[in-house]
Amino acid sequence: MIGSSPRRIEDRPLLTGTARFAADVTLAGQLHMRVVRSQLASGRIAAVDVDAALEMPGVAAVWTGADVGDLPPIDFRMTKVEGLSPYRQPVLAVDFVRYVGEPVAVVFAESEYLAEDAADLVFVDYDDLEVSLDVTMPTLFQPDLSGEPARIEKGYGDVEKAFGEADVVVELELAIGRHSGVPLETRGALATWDGAALRVYGAAKVPHYNRDAVARMLGLDRDHVHFSEGHVGGGFGIRGELYPEDVLVCVAAMRLGRPIKWIEDRREHLVAANHSRDQVHRIRAAATRDGVITAIDDEFFHDQGAYVRTHAATVPDLTAAMLPGPYRIPSYRVTGHIVLTNKTPAGTYRAPGRYEGTFVRERVIDAVADRLGLDRIEVRRMNLITPGEIPYERDLLALGTHVVYDSGDYPTLLDAVLDHVDHTTLVAELVSRRGRGELVGMGVGLFVEKSGLGPFDEVRIELSEDGTVEVITGVASIGQGIETAMAQVCASALGADFESIRVTHGQTDRIDRGMGAFATRTTVMTGSATLAASQTLRRMIIDEAAAMLEASPADLDVAEGRVFVVGSPGASVGFAEVGAVTGGLSATEEFTTDHMTYPYGVHLAVVAVDAETSAVAVERFVIGYDVGKAINPTLVEGQLVGAVAQGLGGALYEEFVFDDHGQPLATSFMDYLMPTLTEMPPVEIVLSEATPSPLNPLGVKGAGEGGITAVGAAVAAAIDDALTSPGLVRRLPVTPDRLRAV
Amino acid sequence: MGDHTIDLTVNGTTHSIDVEARMTLADALREECGLTGTHLGCEHGVCGACTVLMDGQPVRACLVFAVQCEGVEISTVEGLARDGQLHPLQQAFWDHHGLQCGFCTPGFLMLAVGALAENPDPSDEEMIEILSSNLCRCTGYQNIVKAVKAAAEHMRS
Repeated sequence: MIGSSPRRIEDRPLLTGTARFAADVTLAGQLHMRVVRSQLASGRIAAVDVDAALEMPGVAAVWTGADVGDLPPIDFRMTKVEGLSPYRQPVLAVDFVRYVGEPVAVVFAESEYLAEDAADLVFVDYDDLEVSLDVTMPTLFQPDLSGEPARIEKGYGDVEKAFGEADVVVELELAIGRHSGVPLETRGALATWDGAALRVYGAAKVPHYNRDAVARMLGLDRDHVHFSEGHVGGGFGIRGELYPEDVLVCVAAMRLGRPIKWIEDRREHLVAANHSRDQVHRIRAAATRDGVITAIDDEFFHDQGAYVRTHAATVPDLTAAMLPGPYRIPSYRVTGHIVLTNKTPAGTYRAPGRYEGTFVRERVIDAVADRLGLDRIEVRRMNLITPGEIPYERDLLALGTHVVYDSGDYPTLLDAVLDHVDHTTLVAELVSRRGRGELVGMGVGLFVEKSGLGPFDEVRIELSEDGTVEVITGVASIGQGIETAMAQVCASALGADFESIRVTHGQTDRIDRGMGAFATRTTVMTGSATLAASQTLRRMIIDEAAAMLEASPADLDVAEGRVFVVGSPGASVGFAEVGAVTGGLSATEEFTTDHMTYPYGVHLAVVAVDAETSAVAVERFVIGYDVGKAINPTLVEGQLVGAVAQGLGGALYEEFVFDDHGQPLATSFMDYLMPTLTEMPPVEIVLSEATPSPLNPLGVKGAGEGGITAVGAAVAAAIDDALTSPGLVRRLPVTPDRLRAV
Repeated sequence: MGDHTIDLTVNGTTHSIDVEARMTLADALREECGLTGTHLGCEHGVCGACTVLMDGQPVRACLVFAVQCEGVEISTVEGLARDGQLHPLQQAFWDHHGLQCGFCTPGFLMLAVGALAENPDPSDEEMIEILSSNLCRCTGYQNIVKAVKAAAEHMRS
């Protein structure tokens, strides 16, 4: 089964309308929560008048910050950096509001419509305060608190010496716009309290962590808190983190004694769920006249928005740690300023830090090549880490783990992509088309991704009395096909019938530990744990079957849910018989690791710029990507193509724009422009399994993020080429207005 | 609770429901008829996740009021499969990995059902125009196009 592409086992309810997304769950007696959000980007709360809302029939309660003042702010899940704690977000604003969309009050009513009516009657009186929007000019967060709580500093080698000896130095200021995951299902949560235990529906991504966090915040024993994941309409990093609204439904369920349901609307989502990207980089590169890059020195400003949420410093940390990418770069220094502004708080979005860092690095490499009059691809090739240098250790930490590129052959993958497009011919065609007046060009971006973040994953596989097989994990499904992939691993290693395997995830009452789905970790971590548990259960089943068949375990094999004697397949027992005789069997195994694995890729874009409108159309997009081993090639390709669409959004269309007062201007899908089919080029994939990871028994490296990483970089380079203007693109997204302006 | 009692005919079944005049068709289907296969992605008519058919025509159920739908045949994703047999479009989405999270899928299915009924053999350009009506955030659309093309071919044969 491993390496084949069976149809997904999770699809049927999704196709027939019987799936259960958060909004589809209804509990008897439920109240609906509606959040009253700040309409001001920066202000002092003078008064909140809730009387009119409370008087409305059908309204059960209205709370302001004072009502939940006993709750701690929401804590960090990842990448703790000293000094960030005072910047955590309170569950409801107290005294100050810091972004448009910040929860100020909540209304609980008998229906969604009534709750929304009542929320309109809550009147908040603010005193305006100065607005901070320029990430390069930090202001004060509070009178005694800096707007720049921390800096990320990393590096190795002697940067000063390298710049002193350089033949050429290029220096660029580059910016990546503010955009985010924007899953098609908005957020939602439903909590119910039975007097002893709290149950939360609508969980996603990290159910076990959120169970523990809610238990801590509410002073509950974690055994009395259960998070349950239903169907989840896309994640992309932003969904499933613990947000104020999640905590509020839990507290309200306990205090009001009724189930509480909250479903976000789209406008709320665009101002309240995590934004991402939004960095300004000032980067310098030192190089020899031959094009060998000897040092990179980068200073960047990370717009964290109004608070530091669960990801803490994850995005700037990854930006800094992954910026050198697939190149040798003997000396490197980076300073990342984490800056608070009066915009929606930011968190991770697919390829956090790498989309940004790859755009910046690839732009600077283009600039070195352009300055020296060398071919952009040849400059890349001469700086690439070669297979003989791998494993390649960078003297850097990423998410607290040492950056060691575990496997890879970067030059060969680059060649494979160039061969795929017949590079020489393609370049000639583009030159010829430009000669006819067309504005067409090509760009490439190379990158190293990361995958398989530890420290552990645990899987239990149960053979039931009736012979069915259930894989139980603490991972989560956000649409990536985790059930199918895990069933494939289990079917292969256990010998179970693929179609009959059930995969249970995201249920904290079914398994006590779990890390969840993020950082392109699940196929590596959960897959390896599933493999181990399958192998253990297989041995147990064979031992039982050996007794039943009066055969030696060494003579038995397992396939399609039957144990048989090798050479005489007539002598066999099915899993159902083994289940019936044993009353069921269960095997639990974990997989642990201290190191991530590093997949890598090449993106190539061909674009055409419309001379009249300055609109950019992407004609063709090619991804070369090495996953080590594809469990299910169709799912891998699906991940890559979907990620390209999102990458194009960030490169050309999507941006959370704010006016001078901090008012968000992209608050609907009419203003926040996600790519439709019309904007999508055909995506061609050169999938490589050339270098399996030595860090896990499957040899896999994740594919969740590699489709997005270099899209901005490749598109930017292609636009330069189309307009024969090296270094033209310095900021994403490249909107027609911006392109016209330069 | 509502001001209006209406008969809503959905997938051939008539639901007698009380609704306020302001209740959208999408909310009526989900909350009053218990048909939660119709999803709400934006509630302002852009994403198309709530697409259903009104007398065979694809509409955004978030932009239609329930009270406008008396005497109209509504078709939703729940009515596509017959006796456990998937509709050719459902089957093709499954075969061609035309869905990931699946949230937009009911809207795309109903859009395609309506569009193929009107034009069973759309050109590539027409196909792009039709399928650009709806948003998908997971797939990059490539496999959705493959699925609809395959289903169209199957339905013509």
